[in-house]
Amino acid sequence: MGCGMGKSKLQLKKSIRAALLIQRWYRQYVARLEMRRRCTWNIFQSIEYAGEQDQIKLYNFFGFLMDHFTPASSERNLISHIFRENEICRDTEWERYFCYKDIEVPDSYTGPHLTFPMTFCGVSKLVEAFKHKQLHARYVLQLLGETWRLLRILPNINQVSACHTKEITICGDLHGHLEDLLLIFYKNGLPSSEKPYVFNGDFVDRGKNSLEILLILFGFLLVYPNDVHLNRGNHEDHIVNLRYGFTKEVLGKYRMHGKKILKLLQKIFSWLPLATVIDHKVLIVHGGISDTTDLNTIARVDRHKYVSVLRPPKPTHHAVNGSKTQMMNNRNREAGGLVEGRRRVCSLTYHSSNGLAHQIVDMLWSDPMPQNGCSPNEVRGGGCYWGPDVSEEVLGKHNLQLLIRSHECKQEGYEFCHNRRVLTIFSASNYYEVGSNRGAYIRMGPDLVPHFIQYQASRTSREFTLRQSIGWTERSALRALKEQLFVHKSDLISAFHEFDPNNTGLISLSHWASVTEKVLNLGLPWRVLRPQLVSSTRYGMVDYHQWIRELSITEPKLEISDNSILETMYKNHSNLETIFRIIDTDHSGLISFEEFRQTWKLLSSHLKTEISDKAIADLAQSIDFNKDGSIDINEFMEAFRLVDLSAHS
Amino acid sequence: MMPLVHRLIFWETPVEIGTIIYSLGCFPTQADLHDFTAEVEEGHTGYIHLDKFLPVMTKVLLENKYPPIPEDLLLQAFEVLDKEKKGYLEPEDLTKYMTQEGDVFTQEEMDEMLTALVDHEKNLIYYKDLINLLTIDPDM
Repeated sequence: MGCGMGKSKLQLKKSIRAALLIQRWYRQYVARLEMRRRCTWNIFQSIEYAGEQDQIKLYNFFGFLMDHFTPASSERNLISHIFRENEICRDTEWERYFCYKDIEVPDSYTGPHLTFPMTFCGVSKLVEAFKHKQLHARYVLQLLGETWRLLRILPNINQVSACHTKEITICGDLHGHLEDLLLIFYKNGLPSSEKPYVFNGDFVDRGKNSLEILLILFGFLLVYPNDVHLNRGNHEDHIVNLRYGFTKEVLGKYRMHGKKILKLLQKIFSWLPLATVIDHKVLIVHGGISDTTDLNTIARVDRHKYVSVLRPPKPTHHAVNGSKTQMMNNRNREAGGLVEGRRRVCSLTYHSSNGLAHQIVDMLWSDPMPQNGCSPNEVRGGGCYWGPDVSEEVLGKHNLQLLIRSHECKQEGYEFCHNRRVLTIFSASNYYEVGSNRGAYIRMGPDLVPHFIQYQASRTSREFTLRQSIGWTERSALRALKEQLFVHKSDLISAFHEFDPNNTGLISLSHWASVTEKVLNLGLPWRVLRPQLVSSTRYGMVDYHQWIRELSITEPKLEISDNSILETMYKNHSNLETIFRIIDTDHSGLISFEEFRQTWKLLSSHLKTEISDKAIADLAQSIDFNKDGSIDINEFMEAFRLVDLSAHS
Repeated sequence: MMPLVHRLIFWETPVEIGTIIYSLGCFPTQADLHDFTAEVEEGHTGYIHLDKFLPVMTKVLLENKYPPIPEDLLLQAFEVLDKEKKGYLEPEDLTKYMTQEGDVFTQEEMDEMLTALVDHEKNLIYYKDLINLLTIDPDM
């Protein structure tokens, strides 16, 4: 008996040791995956924000040109042409322009027919129909017109009460992801008087159903104006839309009336409320706050005058009650000369109330940071970074207990920070890539305690393991990163040369990492990424010419003699597209050679590079695919899209 | 190597100290982690300062204090649990061991482990194949 007991005791000890070993091994594996996930996340986020910063730099440049060129300059004319201000019309004149009544709906139209005033039935029908159909332009304009009229009587800050045993649902960024909105409605129910909703901005851009989402949200707003609340996001801005896909989406879906629809949306966006407050205790804004945020001031602004955050001020009208279109310009130019840390109070160069503009920009563009203080948000190029002390101060000043904001993608769809005083909610799942993140929404009852529901829209029914979904997302991030590396290859190679004076073609790993960061400026952990970016090293050295070749990005085969212009094109792909679309004021999709040439001249000023007239002419020739003297923007952008060879392997 | 640690702590949700140590190629036990944490933690705040972390972590790496588990040892461990030497484990058995013995797994950890390790067709865990797959850097 003694023998038997001893044996089973030994067996037990062995099992425990075995279990310990397996547990240790498995936890290590999971931790490595977690680090890879964070790296991948960093990559996507850095590239995303670098793009935003890029656009703002472009606009600052235009602003600079406007200020410093004499009226005779052709560049200035182009910019004025580009930023043609809204003619000062009365709203009644605009109403005539936007009138839908002459638009006939043909018998062949199989989409939904709307009747006004909108009813719950009508909107639900719309939700169903959008799964497969498109709404006729007549109804689009009619719905938008009604929305515009309603928004004009709403205050800057929606005041909501959760007191009547009603739970409020709060959603974050949707970015054109219709499947996520439908998933939310499926899980949570449609908006109604019993089911109030707050949508916290960024309804459009990036995803392919931005317009459908807007129409659904506006539809519910019309039916339940007291129970559905919309906050403006930084993407509810027609100039941002030029770059991030919404403009293209609308013009693609509505060839004849797209321009009118976009114009009306421009007005609607400027009339969207800026914030929502629940029971005077919970503040909901899209971006966040700054150390100068004052809700009483915000409540009094003429919010509709801030059409776009990215528009430089009018060159001629500096009157006090003239243009109030302010932009990032001032803040950024000051930030350039800034001593570390503190933001300076902006100068009163243009307008006595441009402090107001800053407050609005801050509300829509800012991000929280872990340390105390408040500094310009240089990553995005607009708004600020605010710290926990600012949260305490601003919330305290207004007697609030919680700030709910969106604007940043979060892995789990939501995240607390600043001692649980700030809550980020993000509702677009799979934002960077399939499997990259969940979306989430908040349910909040009279006790004002947030509850979270998470989800992830998926096109396949198969469950990915953690490893598979991280791998998938990671591959996608690496592809995006390789493209960035490729478009900077000239700069990279010349920077590498500085550390390779004997021209051996080799460079140490630590130099490789520091150079790559200096050139790309993405703040990424290059040495951790190295095994996935550099396939072979020789004695701890990188063969950088080979490395660049191995990035395996193909360039399209076009007869262009000037390689440097190609590289400029890749690097400034999005900027180019933005400028083209601005120039194409009648939204025909075509621009003339002369406009093309002027764009390049502008761009080369901005980039401080030389681009010869001949090179531009050659380029124009080679891309005039149908030889009719004009350039099709879509074709042009397609022709210069980089293709990652390894994606097909 | 170290700048990665700094940035990820700085900008993201705080990452667990165990995750960082594991991802640097070390295989500490839970007891090892407790000791490490005790040495570097800021009082009882639950936070660790980078300045304190770096020298201690560097020492760990130079001394190879928490070396990796050799593959054959891992295989033996599975074989101990696979009493009848069938070549596979049933999910229920593995669950019992992982959640009741040693440094027990939480339900969440167990669910994720099962999703990752179980062959979905046969509903069994073929550990021999898995060891290879998961021990080398997971690169798909």
